[in-house]
Formats: sequence, structure tokens, C-alpha cells
Amino acid sequence: MNNMVKLNNVLGRIPVHVAIIAMCVVWLLPAVGLLVTSFRPVQDVNETGWWMVFAPPKGAAEYKQFCSPCHGSNGSKVAGVNLFDPDLVSKYRRSMYLAATFSKEFDGKVHIEKDQWPNEQQTANILSYLRRESGLDTRPRFTLSNYVDALVGYRGRETYREECAKGNIIPGERTCNFIKDMTTSQTGMGRAFINSLLVTIPATILPILFAAFAAYAFSWLDFHGRQVLFAILVGLQVVPLQMTLIPIYKIYTSLGLNGTFLGVWLFHTGFGLPYAIYLLRNFLGALPRDLFESAYLDGASVWTAFFRLAIPLSVPAIASLGIFQFLWVWNDLLVALVFLGGTTPVMTYQISNLVTSLGGGWHLLTAAAFLSMLLPMIVFFSLQRYFIRGILAGSVKG
Amino acid sequence: MKKSAAPAIMRQGQLLPWIFVGPALAILIIYVAYPTFNTFLLSFQNADSTQLASAACQPDQPCWGILENYRYALTSKVMLTSFRNNALWLILMVSGTVSLGLFYAVLADRVRYEPLAKAIIFLPMAISFVGAGVIWKFVYAYPINPNDPNVPVIGLLNAIVTALGGKPVAWLSTGPWVNNIALIVVGIWIWTGFCMTILSAALKGVPAEILEAARVDGANEWMVFWKIMVPMIMPTITVVITTMTINVLKVFDIVYVMTGGNYGTDVIANRMYMEMYQHQDAGRSAAIAVILVLAIIPVMLYNVRRFREQEAIR
Repeated sequence: MNNMVKLNNVLGRIPVHVAIIAMCVVWLLPAVGLLVTSFRPVQDVNETGWWMVFAPPKGAAEYKQFCSPCHGSNGSKVAGVNLFDPDLVSKYRRSMYLAATFSKEFDGKVHIEKDQWPNEQQTANILSYLRRESGLDTRPRFTLSNYVDALVGYRGRETYREECAKGNIIPGERTCNFIKDMTTSQTGMGRAFINSLLVTIPATILPILFAAFAAYAFSWLDFHGRQVLFAILVGLQVVPLQMTLIPIYKIYTSLGLNGTFLGVWLFHTGFGLPYAIYLLRNFLGALPRDLFESAYLDGASVWTAFFRLAIPLSVPAIASLGIFQFLWVWNDLLVALVFLGGTTPVMTYQISNLVTSLGGGWHLLTAAAFLSMLLPMIVFFSLQRYFIRGILAGSVKG
Repeated sequence: MKKSAAPAIMRQGQLLPWIFVGPALAILIIYVAYPTFNTFLLSFQNADSTQLASAACQPDQPCWGILENYRYALTSKVMLTSFRNNALWLILMVSGTVSLGLFYAVLADRVRYEPLAKAIIFLPMAISFVGAGVIWKFVYAYPINPNDPNVPVIGLLNAIVTALGGKPVAWLSTGPWVNNIALIVVGIWIWTGFCMTILSAALKGVPAEILEAARVDGANEWMVFWKIMVPMIMPTITVVITTMTINVLKVFDIVYVMTGGNYGTDVIANRMYMEMYQHQDAGRSAAIAVILVLAIIPVMLYNVRRFREQEAIR
């Protein structure tokens, strides 16, 4: 009887598992496609879908159908002819040369009866299979070239490494010193990564620093208009970014702050503050009052109480807030687009630029996108608890 | 109101608190308060903010005088398209994220691999909208020459369609339904994890005894969900809905990256950016920003009021 109940329980849960797993698959599949594609050679990316990554190479099916019966699966069954011999294959530079052999006679026998000839596309596929098997085509299944090209901002027809192997150095654009190209190229993700870090780190620290001071005053110092001021500051959370872009842009233009890190740091600080003050005020305000009373009785000054008591105690809140602000700034496009643009491109800007100017370059685009997600993913997986807490605190509390 | 008036022992003079609050206050005035006020003014002025908006009026053309920018923002064809699209986003994305999030939260609560299952759905929250845009643009990829059977289909969705015997669809340029819904799907993919996490936290707060009691009384799972869980977490559901409403009204990156607002997929926030940086028209851009704020503020006020009510109960 007990076993029957158990079995019923297990069976009853199957739909639950199916629904959860199905949704997980739908959620993961697009991202997996991006990841797989970023490691495939450009020709493969454009020839087959990413889900075909482990499929047999192109032309294998046609080879098996048309050639294998006589030539065998290793290409050398017919004496004196090895189809996988690079010298032989290199004679057929284009598929029409290969097609020309079909009508020929070998040892008095027709190569292939006319009604059994492969069509144009099949012939081309067979040739590409022969080139691969003979070693003429050394394209690997996976490559890091897309990442190299994305990092240095190479957008030509070959790859950065091939160009550099040929010694094609372009003064002012490509030195073929990988580290140097990566950190200086205006179109590369390497430089953009550094720019993103330079924008994000101060834009995370500054609002939290200012907010900590303000939140402390709002929770543990007494001054006129405290409640009203707090209500107003927190109320500023409702102002969307869009509402302030134009005036700040105008001010920055007259002060020469457009395209500078300082301008973006301060802008992000302004927008991070209301939420940061609110979160820290809630956290600090919930600390026990006795704690501060006894500290004051022991002769601690306000500053000591702030630095030695309030700050160390609010580390969990600061961590949540820090992660939230870090990811917000790192992932931001609008502010970067308006205030930094192409002069100091960050990663999101660089990718949006790649999308609009390079419609079909999926091999670069996928690599670049994955590079930009690397840091957020690491933060998410290593500090998941703080990350989620930071987001929740801001919304559930109102 | 809040209980924590500082203890008498902490009275510290009137200057010190302002040293603590000062920097934050100054930045907020410069970066949020003043610009908000200024944007209002700019919305009544012409493109380069040198004259009143009425200066742009043409004879024999409709004109709203000083509200000329608002005439554009409220009646022009592109803006009407944007309003329609934002409404579509609002309906589909809010209902999609909240219902999927709630559905998933309830299910995930019943399995042992709950943390992993939730992390997967939440993951898109960590990456940028731009990155998500690239991911999905690749899913929606459309062959350059769809009539040539030899051109490979490399977009996942079109591969599924062709495998089922259909013809590839240009998901992002077939308007007005297909492409807008394709974009909204991206939004749902990103935000469902957010809704799910909040709703899941609320569900865990529903006392197990109540659920047990209902089950003992013969309620099936469906009734437990609708009659007990949903009413008990209704305050949280409301918060999630309002938060999502605000997020949807501000949606920009997804549209900017995936279609640039072309093919009838424009939205208000993208329009605002385009007027400013493509057409160099500060007046129109400011008017659109004001309209955006006017749309958001009622939702925000509702949220704040509901929050106050909760405070009063505590």
C-alpha cells in the first residue's frame, strides 16, 4: 500500500519535471547556440546551423552515395587511384572540373552512367568532402579565431592570425602584436573590456559611498526635515533615465564632459543614489538602537560609529547593492551610447555597433557577445545569493 | 511613520548631518532634480532650444502653439505606432512574465533541483539586453535568399519551421504582429526569472499548515493554487505587475539592437533617443520624455501608496 502511494507520487510528478525541464531547455537553447557558434570557423557558421556542429562533414552523405560503392570509404579501393590524395584533389579546383570526369572513360568503362550523375550541388559537396579528407582543407571543428578577431577588432575576409602570418601589418591599425592590438584597437572588444571596467568600478563605488553617508544620517542622526527629505530623495527613484538625458547632455557639451569617464561616473552615481540610499537606510535603520547608544556612551564620535559600526555591519547590504549596481552599469547601453559613444567605446556599445554595421558576421558577433557576458556570468554564479537579494530588496519593498 | 527617531543621546548639532547628506543631495539635485525640471521647459521649445516650440509652426498646417512638440509626440504617425507597440508590449510582456514566473515558481517548489532550475531561468537577468538581443537575433536569423533551397538555414527558429515543412519567416521584418511579438518574446525571456524569484519568495511565505489543511479538506492542487496561494500572495503579485509595467514602458535596448525601431517596431523610449541623437531635436525628444514620465508616474504612485498601506499594517 505504502509503495503504491509512493509510485503514485512519483508518477504524479512526471508532468512537473517535464514542464520544468522543457522551460529550462527553451531558456538555455538560444544561449547555447550563441556559445557554440562563437567557437566555430566562419565558413561553418555560414554553411550549417550550430546544432549541426557534431554532424558528419559536408558531402559525406553524397560521397557515400556516389563514390563509396566503387572507391570505398577510404577512397583507395580502385587500384592506382586514391581519391583522398591531396595531389589528385588539388587538380579539381572547382566542382565543374570534377564533374568533367563523370563522362570520361577509364579502362574502357564509363566512369558513371549519365542518369546517375550527381547534380551540381551534390558534386560541390563531394569536392568539399574530398578536400577535407585529403587534408587540403584544414578547417577545424572548433577555433578560437573568432575571439581573437573580436578582441582585436579585426573585420576583414580572413582572420587576424592569417593576416599576421602573412606579415600584413597596417601602420596605425594593426601591429600584429596581439596584446598591443587588443588593448588599443578602437573597434576591438579588448579595449572595450578595459573601458567597461574603467566605467563600471568607480560608477559602483561612488554611489554606494555617498549613499552610505546619507543613509546613516537618515537613520541615526537627528536633523530638521529628515523624514521629508528622505521621502523626496527616495521619490526620485520614479524619474526615468530618459527624463534627464537631454539637459545633462547639454551641460556636458558646454563643459566638455562628453566622452569622459568622469561624466559617466557622475551620471551613474546620480541614478544609483536614490535606490542605494533607500536600501541602505532600510538596512541601517533596522539595526538595534542599543548598539549605537552604548557606542555613544563609550565616548565614540559619530564618525567612529559610522566607520567602525555601521559600515562593517552593513556589508551584506553593501554587497547586494554593489553587485546590482555593477551589473546595471556594465550592462547599460543607453548612457554609454549618449555620453561615451565611439570615442571611448564600452562593450555594449561595441556590440550594438557590430549588429548594425555588420549584419551577417555571426562568428564575430557571437564571440563579442559572449565576451561581454563573461564577467556578469562569473559574478552571477559566484555571488548568486547577494545578486538576487539586491534585486529583490529594491522591488518587493516598494 | 517610521519609529526610529534617533535617541536623545545622539543629538549632535545641526551641521554634522548635512555633511553626511550633503554630497548625495548635491548630486541628486544636479543629476536628477534639475534635469527633470529642465526637460519640462525644453519640451515647450524648438529643436535647438532657442525659441518657443510655436516657432516651428508652418502656415496652413495644424499647430498647437507652445505645445507644438506635444502635437508631434501625440499625433504623428511614428509616435502612434510607438504607442500601439508599447501597449502590445505592456499586455503581452506583463502577462507573459508574471504568469510564466508564477507557474514556474509553483512547479520549481516541488522538485529537489529547485536551485538549479531557478538559476537557469534567472540567468538572463545577469546579461545585458544587448547580449540578449544578439542571442535572439541569431535565433531569428533569416536566410539572405530564402527562395534558394541551397542557402542554409542557420537560424534555430527557421530551421524548426523548415523541418516542419514550412517556409522560412523573416521574423524581425514581418510587421506588425510577427516582429513585435518576436521582440516581446526576448523581453519575456529576460524578465521571467525576475518575476519568478520574487513570486517564489512570496510563495515560501505561505504557511504550510494552511495548504495542508486545505488538502486534508479535499481541495485539489488546482483549487489550492487559485483559492489559497494566489489570494495570499496577491500583494506581491501586484508589486511584480507594477514593477514590470514600469520596465516595459522604458524598454529600449532590445528594440534598438534588434530592429532599430524599423519595420513598425518602434517604442516610446527608442523614439525619444532617435529624436535627440538622430534628428537633433531636443524639443520633441523632451516632449516624448515627459509623456513617458506621465505614463510611469501613476503606476509609481500606486506602488508607493500600496507600500504605505503595508507600513501602516506593520
